[in-house]
Amino acid sequence: MDIHEYQAKELLSGFGVAVPPGGVAYSPEQAVYVATELGGWHWAVKAQIHAGGRGKAGGVKLCRTYQEVAVAAKTLLGATLVTHQTGPEGKTVHRLYVEKAEPFVHATYLGLVLDRKIERIRVIASAEGGVEIEEIAASRPESILQQQVDPAVGLQAFQARELAFGMGLNIKQVSQAVTMILGCYRAFRDLDATMVEINPMVVTKDDRVLALDAKMSFDDNAMFRRPKVAEMRDAAEEDPRETQAAAFGLNYVGLTGDIGCIINGAGLAMATMDMIKHAGGEPANFLDVGGGASPERVAAAFNLVLSDRNVKAILVNIFAGINRCDWVAQGVVQAAKDLRVPLVVRLAGTNVAEGRRIIAECGLPIISADTLAEAAHKAVAASRGDAGGARRAGGVR
Amino acid sequence: MSILIDETTPVIVQGFTGDKATFHAREMIAYGTRVVGGVTPGKGGQTHLDRPVFNTVKDAVRETGAEASLAFVPPPYAADALMEAADAGLKLVCIITDGIPAQDMMRVKRYLRRYPKEHRTTVVGPNCAGIISAGKAMLGIMPSNIYVRGNVGVVSRSGTLGYEAGSQMKALGIGISTSVGIGGDPINGSSFLDHLKLFEGDPETKVVVMIGEIGGPQESEAAKWVRENMTKPVVGYVAGLTAPKGRRMGHAGAIISAEGDSAAEKAEIMKSYGLLVAPSAAELGATVALALAKAG
Repeated sequence: MDIHEYQAKELLSGFGVAVPPGGVAYSPEQAVYVATELGGWHWAVKAQIHAGGRGKAGGVKLCRTYQEVAVAAKTLLGATLVTHQTGPEGKTVHRLYVEKAEPFVHATYLGLVLDRKIERIRVIASAEGGVEIEEIAASRPESILQQQVDPAVGLQAFQARELAFGMGLNIKQVSQAVTMILGCYRAFRDLDATMVEINPMVVTKDDRVLALDAKMSFDDNAMFRRPKVAEMRDAAEEDPRETQAAAFGLNYVGLTGDIGCIINGAGLAMATMDMIKHAGGEPANFLDVGGGASPERVAAAFNLVLSDRNVKAILVNIFAGINRCDWVAQGVVQAAKDLRVPLVVRLAGTNVAEGRRIIAECGLPIISADTLAEAAHKAVAASRGDAGGARRAGGVR
Repeated sequence: MSILIDETTPVIVQGFTGDKATFHAREMIAYGTRVVGGVTPGKGGQTHLDRPVFNTVKDAVRETGAEASLAFVPPPYAADALMEAADAGLKLVCIITDGIPAQDMMRVKRYLRRYPKEHRTTVVGPNCAGIISAGKAMLGIMPSNIYVRGNVGVVSRSGTLGYEAGSQMKALGIGISTSVGIGGDPINGSSFLDHLKLFEGDPETKVVVMIGEIGGPQESEAAKWVRENMTKPVVGYVAGLTAPKGRRMGHAGAIISAEGDSAAEKAEIMKSYGLLVAPSAAELGATVALALAKAG
């Protein structure tokens, strides 16, 4: 789960991370009000979207007058920003963060990630900030500083100090940077984050070290014990179908093809999508119904898949272990009444005989398949309106 | 032989008295697994499925001589249960639970290192289907009838893809020695490499199948080890060719981020290290048959 910059700054400042003063605005009037409250002469008006690269895409505007703040807010609210992280469709701006602008003399980079390879938290830093860290990693890998955190004792001050000196900071700045690095680590650990990024972490003219931008991502599996973070979820930033799926305990990712998929297990789901492609078709979605697929959950899965108007056929592929084929079959039969597209069903595993009997005797035009290959070929044929071919297609490769 | 478990392994179930644990413990017993008891804190002294229930894993080990455990413990308590099992000296814990926080698993992995390597607990999972040594014993939730006893070892991230492989092989008359599901989470108890090493040392196993997914470095790491150390043929497959970059596809582990993480790249790496890669998931069985024929 991702959150906005202003939310990340609010959380991080609770861990001693220094940030410029700022406030959220949902309208130009609010933006001007926040600027007057903040005082000072320069403000940054920043679009709040769950993606990096906002600056380059024109999502951050530096303003010198209240009038400029109002104009910037008007321009940004409702606008669609396209950055290298949003995809070509972009993201619409619904919230702004108005911040007191802090002129700086040095921009650095700080990032923390959960590294799968070492199974620990890795802290990454660079003397160069404000640019994409990937670019620096590619062009000058030697300038990237790293520390691994032993989970038994946590990040130590000397590790933070090594990073801070490596970033080219003077001793006055180093102690502030150490506070910031350790604060980011504690926030990462205590809030179950998977990523914290301060880019740039800047040094001001008067030697203050500040987090000018902040990004945080969190472990969905841990949100049960982080209610304060979970409340920060912004549904407007997510695919509504994915949000709806999560409410039913389903895992859905929309794609661009025309064969809707309802499968149990992420691995089998991906393999089935690959098989559809192999058979000459394109999957419309990834959908994992998970273990314990009740008839209600199967019905919800059908609704989701059918909400995609591109879907021309549906493929249900269940290999039941913890699931039971007879329950799934009952759900399929209920959901398949009044279906507008052809349906191919492949059942295997626990209680498969009973499941197949329910499908065979339901009187609906459901196309059965015994194997994965057969199911994929039949679904591809069915999506092309070749019902006869769909019934005949065997496990040909 | 087989790896990890056989019909003589004394097994306990953690979270024994829960509904799912009860259902699957019954299946395990019916399959011939030596289930000697279980643990549910607060229910020690009771009897469940004609077997004793204990308050702590240490009690269970002392009274029954258990060596392995199947853990059916909800996510908030799962890390604690794994550390308890390790501290009680169990050789093997298989954890089925889905949804354990990644940092909890990070701490579990660190905790396991407190013990010298020869006494260290092997954790299989989380978010996995478990382990089955065909015709001998089962420590998991898989449909046992899709496996026949034989000489192919299977190690898979995904549970259901492991079933797919097992049933395709059965249809071709090919049996398995042991099938292990290592789970789809970003940090798991044991890796492809850990189990490939065990299969290499198992005289009953002739060929090994390794079924991977997008995301993470484990498949490539294991493939490299195969090239350098393994004498037995290995069949490979990686799911997720059609997965778009950067999108989460169900498993928290299946996130394509760094280079070499995509299914196509991993399959290429496997090929370059001499693995026989199945062209699609529907050809897992046929590719194993080919590898067996080559192995003689």
